[in-house]
Amino acid sequence: MTRDIAEDVPNLAESKLTALVVDDNFVNQSIHHKLLDRLGIQNDVVCNGKEAVDVHCSGRNYDFILMDMDMPVMNGIQATKTLREMGIECKIAGVTTRADEGEKKEFMEAGLNDFQEKPLTISKLLSILHKLNFYVQT
Amino acid sequence: MQRQVALVKQSLFDQGYLDEQFMELEDLQDDANPNFVEEVATLYFKDSARLINNIDQALERGSFDFNRLDSYMHQFKGSSTSIGASKVKTECTMFREYCRAGNAEGCLRTFQQLKKEHATLRKKLEHYFQMARQAGPKETARRPK
Repeated sequence: MTRDIAEDVPNLAESKLTALVVDDNFVNQSIHHKLLDRLGIQNDVVCNGKEAVDVHCSGRNYDFILMDMDMPVMNGIQATKTLREMGIECKIAGVTTRADEGEKKEFMEAGLNDFQEKPLTISKLLSILHKLNFYVQT
Repeated sequence: MQRQVALVKQSLFDQGYLDEQFMELEDLQDDANPNFVEEVATLYFKDSARLINNIDQALERGSFDFNRLDSYMHQFKGSSTSIGASKVKTECTMFREYCRAGNAEGCLRTFQQLKKEHATLRKKLEHYFQMARQAGPKETARRPK
């Protein structure tokens, strides 16, 4: 088996983007953190929607948020609604394994700017960044 | 030695234990994190052992709270999908279908199979990572940071 290593993965470090990963699953936290690192995007990680809200209450802000849907304490739908009610206008991309159209609609209507199904990959993340106007895909 | 490592990895894909997502993770390895996949796999097996224990305890109690079981399995499936654990993911999917159908026997049967697949994958990946460490870094596949 051979696989071309994608040497053309862009480095977006110059754009100084920052991101917040919101996911209760340690495996996904690790992967999403690394994906963002690979693209040169500084990022923090929190474990649920409440922590995402708290970190914004403390004064931190980010260019975009990768928000999981199913989380304990406060799920992604509620967290997205709360952040929007707080006046947080940064881009929020929902990421979830749930593909049900009804659930996706509910998540989008909470205030998302984009939605991707897990598992996230470099190409899916670039698609998110393109949709959020942080990256121009060629 | 590198060739042997490549053959072992190929067999994991050919036999359906791993899927494309595992390769996506390998592509993230670089000089700063040359063992990223092994670290993620370690996290996965630690987390999934916890979930297996939770499900085991729930099933042993004999009261089939299908919503709770489905919730545990949703997490398990999520992690398994993220690491590319294809056979484990399939068993997770089947278990959830049995939960939705309220089929206790199906849940029990599938869970036994899931544990087998999980244990097999763990053993095979431990062997693969051990060989990969002995073989040393692959110069051609390494990404410069």
